[in-house]
Order: sequence, then C-alpha cells, then structure tokens
Amino acid sequence: MTQPILELRGLTKTFVKPVSVAGHIANLFGARQKKVEVRAAAGVDLAVLPGEVVGIVGESGCGKSTVARMLAGISSRTEGDILWKGVSDRAMTADQKRDFALQVQMIFQDPFASLNPRMQVLDIIGEAPVCHGIIPASEKRAYVTALMEKVGLSGAYADRFPHQFSGGQRQRIGIARALAVKPKLIICDEAVAALDVSIQAQVLNLFMDLRDEFGLTYLFISHNLGVVEHISDRVVIMYLGRVVEIAPTEALFSDPNHPYTRLLMEQLPVLEPGARDYQPIRGELPSPLAPPPGCPFHPRCPAATARCRAEAPALRPIAADRLSACHLNDRTAV
Amino acid sequence: MTAAERPLLSVERLQTHFHTRAGVVKAVDGVDLTLRRGEILGLVGESGSGKSITGFSILGLIDPPGRISGGRIGFDGRDLVTLPEAERRRLRGKDIAMIFQDPSMTLNPVLRIDTQMIEAVQAHEKISRQAALRRARDVLVAVGIPSPDERLQAYPFELSGGMRQRIAIAIAMINRPRLIIADEPTTALDVSIQGQIIHEVKALCRQTGTALIWITHDLAVVAGLADRIAVMYAGRVVETGTTAEVIRNPQHPYTQGLIASVPSRETRGHRLYQIPGMTPSLLNLPPGCAFSARCAHATETCRTAPELTETGAGRAFRCWHPVGDRR
Ligand SMILES: Nc1ncnc2c1ncn2[C@@H]1O[C@H](COP(=O)(O)OP(=O)(O)OP(=O)(O)O)[C@@H](O)[C@H]1O
Ligand SMILES: Nc1ncnc2c1ncn2[C@@H]1O[C@H](COP(=O)(O)OP(=O)(O)O)[C@@H](O)[C@H]1O
Ligand code: SF4
Ligand code: SF4
Ligand SMILES: [Mg+2]
Ligand SMILES: [Mg+2]
Repeated sequence: MTQPILELRGLTKTFVKPVSVAGHIANLFGARQKKVEVRAAAGVDLAVLPGEVVGIVGESGCGKSTVARMLAGISSRTEGDILWKGVSDRAMTADQKRDFALQVQMIFQDPFASLNPRMQVLDIIGEAPVCHGIIPASEKRAYVTALMEKVGLSGAYADRFPHQFSGGQRQRIGIARALAVKPKLIICDEAVAALDVSIQAQVLNLFMDLRDEFGLTYLFISHNLGVVEHISDRVVIMYLGRVVEIAPTEALFSDPNHPYTRLLMEQLPVLEPGARDYQPIRGELPSPLAPPPGCPFHPRCPAATARCRAEAPALRPIAADRLSACHLNDRTAV
Repeated sequence: MTAAERPLLSVERLQTHFHTRAGVVKAVDGVDLTLRRGEILGLVGESGSGKSITGFSILGLIDPPGRISGGRIGFDGRDLVTLPEAERRRLRGKDIAMIFQDPSMTLNPVLRIDTQMIEAVQAHEKISRQAALRRARDVLVAVGIPSPDERLQAYPFELSGGMRQRIAIAIAMINRPRLIIADEPTTALDVSIQGQIIHEVKALCRQTGTALIWITHDLAVVAGLADRIAVMYAGRVVETGTTAEVIRNPQHPYTQGLIASVPSRETRGHRLYQIPGMTPSLLNLPPGCAFSARCAHATETCRTAPELTETGAGRAFRCWHPVGDRR
C-alpha cells in the first residue's frame, strides 16, 4: 500500500472565545455575552495519498479552515497528530520540520487580502525562495518571471503591485507564490470562491496542469459542490467539527451514505432550467458553542432515532475506501 | 394598454456613466429590461459587467461621479429617471426594495433587530409600534427563521451570516414591495443556506406577487429560480429569454461560453472550457461588438455594434452571427 503523504489523527482544536469588543458594547446595552469554548475541530482523522486531490466540504463554520490552518502551521492544535510522510511533526528533526513547513503551502479565498499591497509581485513571489536558500538572490528575477509565465501572467508585470491586477490575476499571483518554494501539497481554502465562472475555469484548469507537471497533492476546501465534484478524487464531508463521511468522488455523488451528505447533494445547484423543488435542510447549523449530544446531526436528521440522541456514531468503514459516521449503517452491517 | 397588461418595470436604453479622471466609465450603456408583475428575472454576467450599477440605477442610488445619462426606467407607468428625489425616496423600501450581497449594508450593528424592523415599517406607514412588531414577526416566520421572538431581541452580531442575510431579506419584504432587487445575496453563503434562501424567496414572491431581479455571476444559481434570464456583458444586455431557452439554446457566443465553463459531473476529468482573453476595460472598449476580441466567430461585420435582434416575445440577442445561424 502506498504510504500517505499526510495523515491526521484525532486532530482537535478548541478555541476559548473571550467576549469580543462588539460583545462588550452590546453588554452595555443589556446583552449577556460570556467567555465560551468552541470546539472547531473534534478528532479529525484523514489520510491523503501522494498526488491525490481531496475535496473538503461542509457548511460555514464546520471547521474546514481550522483544519487547514493547523496543517499549514498557521495555528496551533489542542490535541492530535499530524504525520508528514509517516513522521509525526512532534518527532521531527529541525530539518524535517523546515521541509514540512515549505512543502505544505496554502492558497486563500481572498486574493486581495492575502497579498501585501505594498510589495511588488517580484518580492511577493521571490522573497521566500531566496530566504530559504532555494535559489540564489541573483536568480530571483529570472525565477519569478518563469513562475509568472507558468501561471499565465506576463513576466513583464513583475514590478507591479497587487492592486494593478484583476481578481483572477491576483489569485494567480497567490498560486505562483505558493509554488515558489516547491511544495508537495497545496491547501486551497475557497481558492476560487471569489471568482467569476469564466475566471474560475481558468484557475481550476491551472491547478490540474500544475498537478500533472509537479506531481502536486491538493486539499481542496470549497462549499461549491460542483467545483468539488469536478476536481476531487475523494471527498471529505464535515459537520460541526467532525468528519461524517469520506468516499471516492463518483461513489459519493452517485450513492451518498450519510443522511447529511444526502441532504447536501440535493442542494447542489445544477444548470438545469425549471423548478427544482428544494427540500431544504431543516433548521440552521447548531452553534458549535453548544453542540447537541449524541450524533451532532440529529436535530436536523430525518432518520434520527432515540439512540442518535444519546450516542455519537464513530467514523467507520462501510465499503472499500468508504467511511461514514451514522448508526443506520449498523442495521445493514453483517 | 391597461395597467394589468403594462409591464411593472421597463428599462429602456438605460445609460449610467461615471465621469472619472481617467475618462468616462460607461458602466451601463444601453440596457433594456422588462419585468411583469410577479416575474423572477436572473441578471447574469461577469464581475464589472454592470449588474449592480443597473440595480442601483433602478433604485436611484447612483452617486457622483456617476450619473444616469440616458434612457428611461418605467415603473408602474412612471419614469423613475425624472422622478423628484423626494418621491423616489418614498418608493424605496416601500414599492422597491434591495437586498445587498453584504447584509451589513442593511443592518445596523448596534441596534436590535426589532428596533430596525419597526423603523423600516414606520418609515413608510403610520402604524403603531405593536402592529409594526407583529408584522416584523410575521415576516420573520415567512422567511423561515426559527424562534422569531428570540431573534427579534438579538443584535446582528449574535446571528450567523445566513441568519443575518435572511433578516435582511425579511426587512426587504416587510412593506410588501412590488419589486425586489437582490444583488448576489447568497454568493457569500454556503450551498445549504443558499438553497434554503432561494427556496424561501421564490415561494414568497409567488405568494405575494412580488417581482424579483436576482443578480449573480453563477448561471447555475438562477437556473432553478428565474422565469427569465438576461445576460450582461460590458454594460449591455447581450441576450435575454426564458430560462429554458437561454440555457438550452443560447444564441450569443458569450452566453454559450458561460454555460460551457461551469464545472459539473460531466466535466470531471476534463479541462473546463475557458472563454479566451480578458474582460475589456470599460474605458476603451473595442469599436463595434464589445465581445469581438474574445469571440471565435468575429468577422468584419462585428466592427459595427450589433443591434438587438428579437426572435420572439421576450427573446432577443445582440450578435451578428448567433449560434442558431451557424448550425
Ligand atoms: N479565532 C477563533 N476564535 C474563536 N472561534 C473561532 C476562531 N476561529 C474559528 N472559530 C470558530 O470555529 C468554528 C470553525 O471555523 P472555521 O473557520 O474552521 O469554519 P469553516 O468551516 O472554514 O467555515 P467557512 O466555510 O465559513 O470558511 C466556527 O464556529 C468559528 O466561529
Ligand atoms: N463609483 C464608481 N466610479 C467609477 N467606476 C465605477 C464606479 N462604480 C462602478 N464602476 C464601474 O462600473 C462597472 C460596472 O460595475 P458593477 O455594476 O458594480 O459591476 P457588477 O456587474 O460586477 O455588479 C465596473 O467597471 C466598475 O468598475
Ligand atoms: S446517527 Fe442518527 S442522527 Fe446521526 S446521521 Fe445517522 S441517523 Fe441521523
Ligand atoms: S457580434 Fe460578432 S464578435 Fe460579437 S459576439 Fe456576435 S459573432 Fe462574436
Ligand atoms: Mg473557512
Ligand atoms: Mg456587483
């Protein structure tokens, strides 16, 4: 069996949320805001194979970005292990740590906010590879120009500032910056969400070209199921900080197992004219401040039973390459 | 024409230009739209094509250096372009309401929801606080907000993004407007909330006979919502028709490109279609058809701007070589 390039074991993040400034102001008006704990990621397990595109889907606030930020080393974890090429990051040597940090790069949703407005593209893309000794300073311009052309930008624009580019072009700058340190794994957090369909098509095609050329692995976070279905080999469905289903893309879309996944699929906007009768998912995503006991999905689940309200289902194999966390699978199990 | 036959909204040759230091930005340059009572129109186009400015123009929300420099906006028999500002203000929020992409454009962060909703009613009607509050509660229920009494007492920051957007929608509906203009109201929300909101807004419009313009860059979003679609490119409507006609049988090469670039099950494992080239700057549009630099079918003829060709009631496009002619 191929060794996973990346493995997450029981990855957990708890935020202690102090009363915000807005909360303090509201308290003056009689609101009652208190300090609270949020479990943004609750024991996430996932193994990613080299060269795979793994899509991560879930409603806003379910913890997708939290997992991504722990992976990219932008935020610390509360519990759990991250293994890179089979080595836990807690057991890494200094060299291994540095390798890990460079080989995992992140691309963000907002191509404007994530680029320093006062820096020229030459430095935005070229600073890290020079600083990490990947290229000598004397080769910076040639290296940056070549990368820009690779992502479909004219190298002649190297001296420009971010505001002189369109949204799609800025996203390409973000991609070139990530590629500059020769990563193995790229985490795209809603990387095409802010783009028009026509520009989105350019960027998605670029991701696939780069995968073929550099053997990249992607974690592709998106709330757009059409995009995820197009690009991913496997899909992870998250709900309230937990993974509830993992399956190969085709299997997941043709035969979703978890009741939550099934409801999500019905929401998929499709290019089909005519009245689609939405059977909207009942209610709102419950607050992660007070997750329901038992299965976190039970208040909205059409199939919930007494057991679901009392006992949380574990993520378990249901078929080859497929995992799901739902008690219903016990009934059909052998 | 009797009032019943007359369209509720008829925008004719609307031009909204911005006089900037770099030159005149023709954000909207000859837009035509018609909307009947209770009809839902999807206004689709890429970023910068003039969708929002069209919406703002109808509401009379254009600030200098922008100005409506031509055309008319017929609403229920009156021309909004020449209407005095005082009367326009009376229409806004009463007969015509807007839902913005960002609900914070509608919601005041330091006021409780009930205060804001009561204010929205009392601005247009002499009615008691109690009656206004009752109406606020009813409309929250109508847009599918659970435990409305609690939400009424909440501040905006205590609610999720989806909930805030729903409250903004409730405020838009509270005075039973005849037209709502929704500018990408679900673009920032995730699919499940988006699905719910579209479902609820559609049901409400059907129930109350409210007409709706839903602005978006995502054709898939309006496919299941709109009765008709108008596609904008560089400040003009380049194609319009029933949703089924535009999606199944697009006539303009730009519409065809938009449809082909949507990722889906069918595109898995293939490259997506990319419309070649880039959005042109509105400061120096090519002469003739604005799409010509990106169009595979452009000919000499396209150096002259194509006029609107009507092929049926409510079906029209702006192209010299429509897809149908090439079959
Ligand atoms: N710095 C923080 N302090 C407190 N709570 C936080 C913080 N960051 C995230 N959270 C909470 O953790 C949960 C998960 O957040 P996360 O950003 O991972 O969501 P997400 O799945 O990426 O959502 P979206 O689709 O909206 O980007 C949310 O309830 C969020 O409010
Ligand atoms: N205040 C302004 N001054 C100058 N140009 C503007 C202004 N507001 C909008 N524009 C320009 O008008 C065009 C159409 O804008 P808009 O209607 O917001 O596009 P969209 O279709 O994305 O909603 C864009 O090119 C935009 O840059
Ligand atoms: S465990 Fe129960 S509540 Fe949870 S998804 Fe399965 S059936 Fe629904
Ligand atoms: S008028 Fe000509 S250039 Fe414009 S879209 Fe039609 S064929 Fe293309
Ligand atoms: Mg996120
Ligand atoms: Mg806009």
